[in-house]
Amino acid sequence: MKFKINGHAATYEGDGDMPLLWYVRDIAGMTGTKFGCGEGLCGACTVHVDGVAVRSCQTAMEDVEGRDVKTIEGLAKGDTLHALQDAWAEHNVPQCGYCQSGQIMQAASLLAENPNPSDEDIDIAMEGNICRCGTYQRIKAAIRDVAGNKGTGGAS
Amino acid sequence: MNVPIKNVSRRSVLKGAGAATGLVLAAPMISNFVVAEATGSHNFSSSVYLSMDMDGTAHIYIHRVEMGQGSRTGLPQIIADELEADWDRLVFEPAYGDKKFGDQNTDGSTSIRKYYDIFRAAGASARMMLEQAAAHKWGIAVGDVEAKNHRIINKLTGASEDYSAFVAAAAKLEAPGADAVKLKSKAKRTYIGKPKQNIYMQDIITGNSQFGQDTMREGMLFAVAARPPSVGGTVTAFDKAAAMAVAGVVDVVELPALTLPAIFKPLGGVAVLATNTWAAIKGREALNAQFEGGPNGDYDTKAFEKTLWQNIDGKSTPHLKRGNCAAALEVADKTYGADYFVPHLNHAPMEPPAATAEWQGDTLKMWVCCQDPQSVQGAVAPFVGVKPEDIYVEATLLGGAFGRKSKPDFAVEAAILAKQAGRPVKMIWTREDDMHHGYFHTISAQRVEAGVKDGAVTAWKHKAAYPSISGTFNPAADGPSGFELSLGLTDLPFATPNLQVDTGAAKAHVRIGWMRSVANIHQAFAVGSFVDEIAQGEGKNTADLWMEMIGEDRMISPASDVVGHDPANPQGPGYANYGESLERHPIDTARLKAVLAKVVDISGYGKTMPKGRGMGISVHRSFVSFVACAVEVAVSDDGTFTIPRAWIVVDCGTYVNPDRVKAQMEGAVLFGISIAKYGEITASGGAIEQNNFDSYPVSRMSDSADVEVVIMENDAPPGGVGEPGVPPVAPAITNAIFQATGKRIRRLPIGNQLAI
Ligand code: FES
Ligand code: FES
Repeated sequence: MKFKINGHAATYEGDGDMPLLWYVRDIAGMTGTKFGCGEGLCGACTVHVDGVAVRSCQTAMEDVEGRDVKTIEGLAKGDTLHALQDAWAEHNVPQCGYCQSGQIMQAASLLAENPNPSDEDIDIAMEGNICRCGTYQRIKAAIRDVAGNKGTGGAS
Repeated sequence: MNVPIKNVSRRSVLKGAGAATGLVLAAPMISNFVVAEATGSHNFSSSVYLSMDMDGTAHIYIHRVEMGQGSRTGLPQIIADELEADWDRLVFEPAYGDKKFGDQNTDGSTSIRKYYDIFRAAGASARMMLEQAAAHKWGIAVGDVEAKNHRIINKLTGASEDYSAFVAAAAKLEAPGADAVKLKSKAKRTYIGKPKQNIYMQDIITGNSQFGQDTMREGMLFAVAARPPSVGGTVTAFDKAAAMAVAGVVDVVELPALTLPAIFKPLGGVAVLATNTWAAIKGREALNAQFEGGPNGDYDTKAFEKTLWQNIDGKSTPHLKRGNCAAALEVADKTYGADYFVPHLNHAPMEPPAATAEWQGDTLKMWVCCQDPQSVQGAVAPFVGVKPEDIYVEATLLGGAFGRKSKPDFAVEAAILAKQAGRPVKMIWTREDDMHHGYFHTISAQRVEAGVKDGAVTAWKHKAAYPSISGTFNPAADGPSGFELSLGLTDLPFATPNLQVDTGAAKAHVRIGWMRSVANIHQAFAVGSFVDEIAQGEGKNTADLWMEMIGEDRMISPASDVVGHDPANPQGPGYANYGESLERHPIDTARLKAVLAKVVDISGYGKTMPKGRGMGISVHRSFVSFVACAVEVAVSDDGTFTIPRAWIVVDCGTYVNPDRVKAQMEGAVLFGISIAKYGEITASGGAIEQNNFDSYPVSRMSDSADVEVVIMENDAPPGGVGEPGVPPVAPAITNAIFQATGKRIRRLPIGNQLAI
């Protein structure tokens, strides 16, 4: 099957049931997309398929046929980081960093769809992405910054 | 300053091998230090914490691991500050496991508190040697030169030259020595005490950071294993052919059965090796492995909880005794009593454990998300027949750890399998593996009684029963150890004249491990809750009662009340104080009261709250730091609740990176929310019943609070930061719930207790 990954043409011949996560990590060797639960419960594996955030651990290879897959490695445009990546650095969001590829990809999808989300929109969109280190407050502040929504209270 | 620094490069220069090595500094102070002899061919491995190239590039060897706590940013800040370094001319060298680095066990909130003096001295020595070389070259007194931002200034003329001009000459000098090291004044600090961005930031936000799960080696196989559900269980049957029939599966290998004590040994079971993780997981399903339960095969946490309460009712072993609690309770005007329960918990770091092993001939190389590369060396060696020091172990970044990754059972598995396979192997733990086979936080029952006479608390009697961490190392261990009681019970900060801490028996049936803040979790929950219960009963403000019970400003020396303590025998029963002396890190009641007063101040604790809202408070000293926490809860009619705001005040003495201290406090609040709201590991028939984040939930965005952090300013030596934020959070939450609803939570997690 043929599809695109971070703008490049790719082909895959193996088991169509294999989750995209394991193709991306083990076969394409792009380890920015993380394995956290394998069950769609944590969001660490979030990538974009045709611009929309999906859990790569729940997306079978046969479902990406002809699609456009983007991983965290493909989010920046060349050397220009996505505004969220800059905001993440600005707010010193990451602790261990393990969840953050998924958090950024999820937030990028939210902003692509809704450039000016309310705090509630942010909460709903980000609810599926666990950060065991507990960086939620800074994630929210970073998203608000990019959205131009200063929200209410608490931004660090 | 008591840190002798020796210039290791001098000898190599004399040997004629130092031309490219530049300045190499070692701090041979820690007892298990072996300062390497410099050799020209391995110029970097010859250094311990700091070396400088001829072009002035400074290499900082960060021997501790990074799991989100910020040590790999904070430690370089310390050295760079004293070195007067330009941050952009530093190269960070993550260290591999080697005794020459001293203690690498990144655990117990120790990285900054144990290495602050050493790293300062290393940086200062190098700066002084560069200054001396410059003074000599310019023919002026050393007092007339000053290092600033990677240059030496001639104070007489104002001229300056880059460090690179002096490296060669400095490398030939003797290091100044312990007594001569001159540290910078606080006013001149450039990095210590100033916020600094995580050195891994760019890699993290672009997906380039390398965690243990991310290691890739040429020709590598991916392994997962089916392990016995109970500790000490064994494999009875598995279908190798079925697993081998799965496309991509390369081999099926039985792992050695566990012989107790568990320590850091692998659990046994059957591994499936494949060309990708998915194939390995499918192969494991096809195995249909069967197990025999072994000595813990009927562990049932419901039944065990009954045992714990029986043991609370039963025989008591005394650990701390001051005055006479029984008599004081007898004559009290009013007595209080409560029972508290905290279940097993799992670390559940975001990154499940993973380790990669590669044999290059007889040499073993490993990449492991471990908290201590030296303990990986020690754990792996006996299983593969090589000496610990001959195993190269690189600590990758850790996707969270919280204590789980101090136990390298998973690394041993990788090493065994790679040897067998003759190819590199990455052992991957899935989330289910992490839930089923953790080193769990213990399961605890505590009974607390107090007596009040003439308005004052005159007696506090505390009994705890829980399996000890010691059980992982010695299955005969039966109940809390003195070490664990030192984490919040034998150091109760109360002036109360009658004080007693007893324990009841409890044997371990899973591997009990240490999890972020360890026994402080349940002990501070009971203490923080019970102070609130007494305050409510007495109609007092809880913060005021804390202040009364803590009493006058003083330094507490708990050991004198510890049963069996003999000052002449420091190895006997006593008070551990997190491995620090009480002189350097006292239990200073003034500092404890100050964080409490501050949190009351910023949170407005004590004010009247609207219906359905409540505030709670608690305070606790752990890892030689002092933390107070206040939270506000909003409880709905259906019993669900949120935590809109939390306030946390930390006194960790001298701090290095205030932004990371803040981040650790914010994270500790969220970790505490997970414990209070959700955390519960249960076992039935020897098997853990939780599988993934559906059955073991942790805090998510909607659970998040807006956290306000205050760091107290003082010049005390650095205390811990990674762990001490956690203990006061859970009791602050349940105290807030009591204020909001009148319902007292004595059993964690809160779960749906408010709905009933
Ligand atoms: S790994 Fe896909 S949601 Fe957790
Ligand atoms: S930063 Fe560690 S899990 Fe999110």
